[in-house]
Amino acid sequence: MIDAIEKNLLKEVAELDSLPVGAYNIRANGQLAGRSTTANIDIVTKTDKPGIDIFIKPGTKNESVHIPVIISQTGLKDLVYNDFHIGDDADVTIIAGCGIHNCGNGDDQHDGIHTFYLGKNAKLRYVEKHYGEGEGRGKRVMNPTTIVHLGEGAQMEMETTQISGIDDTLRKTSGDLAAGASLVIKEKIMTTGDQHAVTDFDVDLNGDGCSANVVSRSVAKDNSKQEFISRINGNSACAGHTECDAIIMDHGCVLASPQLTANNVDASLIHEAAIGKIAGEQLIKLMTLGLTEKEAEDQIVNGFLK
Amino acid sequence: MLELRHVGYETDDNKKEILHDINLTVQDRFVAITGPNGGGKSTLAKVIAGIYQPTAGQILLDGQDITHLSITERANLGISYAFQQPVRFKGLQVKDLLNLAAGKNTSVNDACSYLSEVGLCARDYIDREVNASLSGGELKRIEIAMVLARGTKLSIFDEPEAGIDLWSFQNLIRVFEKMYEQTKGNILIISHQERILNIADTIVVIKDGHVEKIGPRAEILPALLGSADATSAACSVLTDKVEGVSNK
Ligand SMILES: Nc1ncnc2c1ncn2[C@@H]1O[C@H](COP(=O)(O)OP(=O)(O)OP(=O)(O)O)[C@@H](O)[C@H]1O
Ligand SMILES: [Mg+2]
Repeated sequence: MIDAIEKNLLKEVAELDSLPVGAYNIRANGQLAGRSTTANIDIVTKTDKPGIDIFIKPGTKNESVHIPVIISQTGLKDLVYNDFHIGDDADVTIIAGCGIHNCGNGDDQHDGIHTFYLGKNAKLRYVEKHYGEGEGRGKRVMNPTTIVHLGEGAQMEMETTQISGIDDTLRKTSGDLAAGASLVIKEKIMTTGDQHAVTDFDVDLNGDGCSANVVSRSVAKDNSKQEFISRINGNSACAGHTECDAIIMDHGCVLASPQLTANNVDASLIHEAAIGKIAGEQLIKLMTLGLTEKEAEDQIVNGFLK
Repeated sequence: MLELRHVGYETDDNKKEILHDINLTVQDRFVAITGPNGGGKSTLAKVIAGIYQPTAGQILLDGQDITHLSITERANLGISYAFQQPVRFKGLQVKDLLNLAAGKNTSVNDACSYLSEVGLCARDYIDREVNASLSGGELKRIEIAMVLARGTKLSIFDEPEAGIDLWSFQNLIRVFEKMYEQTKGNILIISHQERILNIADTIVVIKDGHVEKIGPRAEILPALLGSADATSAACSVLTDKVEGVSNK
């Protein structure tokens, strides 16, 4: 049976399946499976450790880079270091998807360490989707680390999505922002079964007028557990906002642990957290439209994570 | 046709009796329920929609006993309910709710026509999230549009006029009239507004959890308004009719 969420999921993966336009680097089962570069975007394999360097020339506009990672063997542990050097005034999109299909009994693990260097006034939209499937008893594990260094006036928007399928995740994101830089992080996560997901944000707001906005929407079903940890350090006249909005179902558990540190009188830092089950009146409303309780739940969760 | 026989409702927790021995048959075009705040009108609507299970009596829809059916089952048999206080959803868009209400993928055209019926410019609203950013009146109109999209044989509106600006009042009444033309069903409207009571075939007064009065409009309305007002009420019924004709 395909429910609303799974239908949506299929759409997500289809995007991963098609060959992208523009620059790309496809990594399958720990090996390079395809690469394309453009006049403005170069991709170079690292020689000292696994991974790649991606160089985007200053002023590059409206180009995209796809760097999907696919794992279909069981028992594979994959570790990569990807560094992104984004030149001044560039305006680009980077799409990183990771899909694990584990049919066997060995654990599959992908740990990606992504470091971003954004030049002055560079603009980046970074999209990361995690997807796992397979009937095997082997676990699907992803531990993405993202480190961002934003130069003066740089803007980065990061969207991460992980809808079920991944048994264990530790997502670490850290960043430092120079004057006038802005960082927006939107995280969507759904865990089911006995899955466990930890997200840990650590952001230093160093330059005057910089800002960070971290918004997490999550759903924890069955016996799954999630932890949301955020640390925002306001070291200048800056603005920081974190928000954790979570729905728990069944025996799901969500822990939100925000930490705000203001080291400057002009730092303005806010945290909001709301954790609870689906509002009964939302279910009732959809049931009066003819949906069963289960269908209503799916619609609400699907909309919440859309 | 909806029939309530000796319907009673008391709360689970403190056994407070909210509805007592309600007997009511809804078989007219428009039935209006009115009465003082806290009288039990919304509770009655929820009992009809299956949100509350009655603790006494029987509910029949077209002769079928639906007393113990769930909300979903009643909805699928043809009961729709526009809430007094519409619900907000994070993430779901107006078009999602209209699709769910229509029970199919509504064409953009259909969705737009439901929205324009209730006076909303479809282009501006179709993609809006039904969240806290919508105003009270907007939300109320979308709630009504959902019931239009369902087009069922029994439609219940709980104070549809609340929050709707005066200019739109006449349009609201036309929405009900047009809806009747299309569904030929029964429309049950809970209201405190004379102008809505004015279009009712039957008026029910609910007070302290029981039916205080029930009868044709001509009989009930004058007593409700006091005799002086009754004449003007009769007049405005007339003007409504004239307006209705000239606008067709
Ligand atoms: N769950 C509940 N527990 C206790 N009392 C309740 C509950 N639900 C409703 N009531 C009470 O039942 C009475 C009827 O409420 P209801 O909402 O049906 O009134 P109403 O006629 O719709 O009023 P209004 O015109 O203000 O909308 C009120 O006194 C209300 O406080
Ligand atoms: Mg009420």
